[in-house]
Amino acid sequence: MTGTVEERFGPYGGRYVPETLIAALDELTAAWAEAREDEEFRNQLGSLHRDFIGRPTPLYPAERLSERVGNTVYLKREDLAHTGAHKINNAIGQALLTQRMGKPRVIAETGAGQHGVATATACALFGLECVVYMGTEDIRRQAPNVERMRLLGAEVAPVDAGARTLKEAVSAAIRDWVANVETTHYVIGSAVGPAPFPALVRDLQRVIGDEAREQALATEGALPARVIACVGGGSNSIGIFTPFIEDAGVELIGIEAAGEGLDTDRHGASLGAGRTGVLHGSLSSVIADAEGQILEAHSVSAGLDYPGVGPEHAHLRDTGRATYTAVTDVAALAAFAELSRLEGIIPALESAHAIAWLLENGGSSGYDILCLSGRGDKDLAEVLEKTSG
Amino acid sequence: MPYMMAGFPDPDSSLAIAEAYAASGADLIELGIPFSDPLADGPTIHAAATTALAAGATMDTAMQVCEAVANRVPVVLMVYANMVLANGGPAEFAARAAAAGAAGAIVPDLPLGEDGEVRNGLSDAGLARVPLLAPTTPGERRGQICAGAQGFVYVVSTVGTTGERAQLPAGLTDLVAAVKAEAEVPVAVGFGIGTPEQAAHVGGIADGVIIGSRLVRAAGEAGSAEAAAAAVGAFLNETRVALAG
Ligand SMILES: Cc1ncc(COP(=O)(O)O)c(C=O)c1O
Repeated sequence: MTGTVEERFGPYGGRYVPETLIAALDELTAAWAEAREDEEFRNQLGSLHRDFIGRPTPLYPAERLSERVGNTVYLKREDLAHTGAHKINNAIGQALLTQRMGKPRVIAETGAGQHGVATATACALFGLECVVYMGTEDIRRQAPNVERMRLLGAEVAPVDAGARTLKEAVSAAIRDWVANVETTHYVIGSAVGPAPFPALVRDLQRVIGDEAREQALATEGALPARVIACVGGGSNSIGIFTPFIEDAGVELIGIEAAGEGLDTDRHGASLGAGRTGVLHGSLSSVIADAEGQILEAHSVSAGLDYPGVGPEHAHLRDTGRATYTAVTDVAALAAFAELSRLEGIIPALESAHAIAWLLENGGSSGYDILCLSGRGDKDLAEVLEKTSG
Repeated sequence: MPYMMAGFPDPDSSLAIAEAYAASGADLIELGIPFSDPLADGPTIHAAATTALAAGATMDTAMQVCEAVANRVPVVLMVYANMVLANGGPAEFAARAAAAGAAGAIVPDLPLGEDGEVRNGLSDAGLARVPLLAPTTPGERRGQICAGAQGFVYVVSTVGTTGERAQLPAGLTDLVAAVKAEAEVPVAVGFGIGTPEQAAHVGGIADGVIIGSRLVRAAGEAGSAEAAAAAVGAFLNETRVALAG
């Protein structure tokens, strides 16, 4: 990884934050530019990938799913990473960076609880103080993850504003950071936020795509036709897309949450049904009204229930390099059940959105790689409630 | 220099509050435009924005408040970036603000480096772009902010969001002195000032004192438009006495 830590992706990105944070963002940019070139840091991170997270994760040929879909499908098994989702790749990397910067305290936000658990885990590993902001609605629907975070020694700080979900948790974390910036690093959970976060999180998540590309070439001897991932804030998707961006023949497909439908006001499709605007420190595509008020998102999956998206995705959309489409709650719930039966893999509801799209759009000209971003144990209670009513 | 939230607790009360500010001889009114996700604001002003929006406040509500008092006291709009960029963009926003008589704008999430288009839009409409400067702002950047300042420099007293504080930081006097040495415009201090005593202290070191959350809290607790106007007016008079003493 060489070159600069990007601030902008086309017109998108930037640092739309209170002045108080600018010095810390400059410090972080410099620390990351230096760390990612540093042999010792890279070795440390490499060891943690192998020995703690369990990387490389398998690229699994899903035979029964392939048969059902009509073309060969490989699942990139981020559900098998320690703590059960790709979020750990980012959390471990940023915690290592926090230690390097000499800050004793970490804050994070979480929606599904996966990023909160990953950050709490990384902080336990490095002996850092950890506070995780979480909306009270998400605390309700992701109860097991709340217990896991507490067990790992993190404080879970409930956020009661607005719809009590991920957007408010991010806002609360940013406010904490504004007040405690001198001692605290904010481990943001997706490829969103002010620069350098979108580039930093992408750099830490591209291990998904780097591994997948190498594994796929070794097995198939050719590049995939399509790479498919779900898009909340956009970290697992940018992670798997990045190494394929220069491979012009590979289609990159991001799946957002259509919630109850894009023709309703209850969805999470920031790219598909948003407008250009600023949320949480960067210019991107956001779900907002004509006056610029940010609207509440909706998705059955807490991790896709967010009215913004990483700025690099907005740019990839505009340039046409990636295509974004959306899948409803109902289709995702059906795919959740179908993958469980077909492959013996219970996917996270977020990942089930990508599966749902694939089930409807088989018959690609080559083979596909789909990022199975996480496992679905955390979602069982919510799915049972939704499918039994 | 009192702050208020347009449309809080409801549009009529906020008009009455602006009148009370004008009547009490405020040097300038900082008029907040309610936004759904105000990252620079603490619990009091965040909640006020949420209440104002729920009561139906829009950009128009804020422009009406501005228009009502702008001929008697300068009004500076406090507005988040997304609302400036939406709705036709910075030029359109600046034109509306100028038509309502605003003297300038503060965009708390648009730091130096991100503000080109907005600054140009405001300048073209004859409005001042008031920058914020924080205790964490490095020295060289502080000079750049002061050099580009219009209207006044807004020094954020504390590392944190808006909200009343028991204690102002010890380094504030030095920070303000450093800014005053570099700025060609007046220097005002805000964030955390909630008592007449604190106002008097800051009045002794800076050219202007901005009082926000304390007044918003008084407006919220009052119960009616008249009571809100009376409460903020009483607090401003008390502060004026402390500042003079
Ligand atoms: C398993 C899983 N997949 C996907 C996401 C969506 O996030 P992103 O788009 O950043 O990958 C989440 C977020 O919580 C998640 O837990």
